[in-house]
Amino acid sequence: MFRSHILVCGGTGCTSGNSRKIFEALVERIRKEGLDKEVHVTQTGCFGLCALGPIMIVYPEGAFYSQVKVEDVDEIIDEHIIKGRIVTRLLYKETVGDDGNIKALNDTNFYKKQHRVALRNCGVINPEKIEEYIAYDGYEALGKVLTEMTPQDVIDVISKSGLRGRGGAGFPTGRKWQFAKNSVGEKKYVCCNADEGDPGAFMDRSILEGDPHAVIEAMAIAAYAIGADQGYIYVRAEYPIAVKRLSIAIKQAREYGLLGKDIFGTGFNFDLDIRLGAGAFVCGEETALMTSIEGHRGEPRPRPPFPAVKGLFGKPTILNNVETYANVPQIILKGADWFASMGTEKSRGTKVFALGGKIHNTGLVEIPMGTTMREIIYDIGGGCPNGKKFKAAQTGGPSGGCIPAHLIDTPIDYDNLIAIGSMMGSGGLIVMDEDNCMVDIAKFFLEFTVDESCGKCTACRIGTKRLYEMLCKVTDGTATMEDLDKMEELCYYIKENSLCGLGQTAPNPVLSTLHYFRDEYEAHVRDKRCPAGVCKKLLRYQIVADKCKGCTLCARNCPAGAITGKVKEPHVIDPDKCIKCGVCMEKCRFGAVIKA
Amino acid sequence: MAKKIDVPFNGTKEQEERLKKELAELKAEHGGQGLMIAALQAAQEIYGYLPEAVQQIIADELGVSLAEVYGVATFYAQFSLYPKGQYKIGVCLGTACYVKGSGDVYKKVCDILKIEGGQCTDDLKFSLDATRCIGCCGLAPVMTINDDVYGKVTPEEVEGILAKYRS
Repeated sequence: MFRSHILVCGGTGCTSGNSRKIFEALVERIRKEGLDKEVHVTQTGCFGLCALGPIMIVYPEGAFYSQVKVEDVDEIIDEHIIKGRIVTRLLYKETVGDDGNIKALNDTNFYKKQHRVALRNCGVINPEKIEEYIAYDGYEALGKVLTEMTPQDVIDVISKSGLRGRGGAGFPTGRKWQFAKNSVGEKKYVCCNADEGDPGAFMDRSILEGDPHAVIEAMAIAAYAIGADQGYIYVRAEYPIAVKRLSIAIKQAREYGLLGKDIFGTGFNFDLDIRLGAGAFVCGEETALMTSIEGHRGEPRPRPPFPAVKGLFGKPTILNNVETYANVPQIILKGADWFASMGTEKSRGTKVFALGGKIHNTGLVEIPMGTTMREIIYDIGGGCPNGKKFKAAQTGGPSGGCIPAHLIDTPIDYDNLIAIGSMMGSGGLIVMDEDNCMVDIAKFFLEFTVDESCGKCTACRIGTKRLYEMLCKVTDGTATMEDLDKMEELCYYIKENSLCGLGQTAPNPVLSTLHYFRDEYEAHVRDKRCPAGVCKKLLRYQIVADKCKGCTLCARNCPAGAITGKVKEPHVIDPDKCIKCGVCMEKCRFGAVIKA
Repeated sequence: MAKKIDVPFNGTKEQEERLKKELAELKAEHGGQGLMIAALQAAQEIYGYLPEAVQQIIADELGVSLAEVYGVATFYAQFSLYPKGQYKIGVCLGTACYVKGSGDVYKKVCDILKIEGGQCTDDLKFSLDATRCIGCCGLAPVMTINDDVYGKVTPEEVEGILAKYRS
């Protein structure tokens, strides 16, 4: 028995903030003090509140220390661990109640409205120890499935739960498994899509880093259900920590006989291998992913035949996303009704979102489907920083769209998001405030798809490029009103004539911003003005004469020599010479330089 | 387009033997199918990049055409046919970083080093790439140099950060 447990976050966010060194320093100090029999230090997966990283929690008090530095370790040991006095200056403020006592994490705004199913073990267990996963009911679902259920029973439970694919399109998982089960074939495959490529989405990575065994267990369950004996996890090479923990987890599962031959003595065989992606967004598309596992250029192919009939190496295959799998063991253990009791009628369960952009509490949140955008952004996320006004939220990455402020009360589920011109996607949720230009954002996503289009379909390869060029015309102020109509037409053309999801959804960021923020496009075109003050070509820097003290700092720093004026007299910017680099605005100590 | 730098290929005998050994291991592991990407990853790990000579070794060992190796090597962003700098700089242009101004950080690096994305400085010291989201959006905007991560970077800080690697 340990009298105290210290949990240090080992997710990618906190690791980037040096949490590994903090962990090592803690272990070292504890050993030096001879406390290693009394105090246990563990490295866990992601706690979710990445904005405050590196994070650690000390139990039994539940002291949530945020933004910890290596130098703080001695104080934490001296004060908290040895003397029993909590280091209040490091506590996450939200966890301190009005009476000065520590509140339970679940009572803080960030965690209160969350419901952790897929993330339940993240930040709780040590992902590198299979024993800790097993202690939290791990592999019990696999045991139940293999000893008490038929493959059809398993599929029935998953179907009844209403689980839909968490990777983007939301296809019913049970139905997908049923197709693969019905396909005749001696060899079948189970694949996991961990090629999380949407910019701003990192929930799959966090699950793999924080709870890799949940995915392994679920894949074994799926394999039993469809009659497969081999699985592949296709994971981005850019996720080294996830790859490492997955490798450890697979090795441990093999040692425990939970992967390999004759699992639980039932005669069921299943083994799992990792395949590393090599950096191609299109490989998140299912047929492209399989082509890539086969070792080829990751180009998609037409469907049908669907993977459930003819997938990897030409054999029946199912492919599910990491988060989808993470739900499966609990559905088996707690039942379809339990899962179906959460969420909305057509979207059951919970969804993990990666909150990013202009928001206080950047991080991972898991909420029941049907939670409104307002609850996520304001109650959980803490709103936009610096008192800026919320403008839009972007979901679905380069395939999705922007949700404007007036639709902030929309309950989030698959169908509602599609209805308002966006999509669930894998769960990236980027918040934008009044300083973000919507045309610029659309242009950013198009630049991404131009880069990532595999080139197979002309409509996508050339269409996205042309669309990008039109957007450049808008941000440069050289577009005409007809261009806006042409853009819209081209969007539909690309959607209709592309083979895979990438091309079919690539125009969505343009369509949704054109729909909700047409006035901003028109301001660029008609008034040659960028309302948010982002598009450089349309920007004019000006000096407010009343505020200018004539200190000459701006003039001395202007690389173009565009600023003139006498000492102690207001200066002036020559718009013909100005290259809009913004140095003057950065340098001015009186706030006299403004964007006009 | 990456700047083509004429660095003569100077792979060693040891590197070639290591590659051939790893390719043989991969063949055994993969049961002979679908190992091209893993093979290229192994080769890039050994040589740092994938010049034609290395692609030829892979083609010979796997019994496929050079064109097929080249096709796969040029499809994926991870593979580079040109050498990278001693210090690989990555500036994240993922959405979260972008809305927090990483574009300005990126431009600052270009201006200081006088290179563009995908290029390497003449002395092979620095190379720059725009990266996709590396997943620590809480630290946006993010810049990486080899394994070091710099968070909440402002354009003004770039010079100072680079200076640490210049000596």
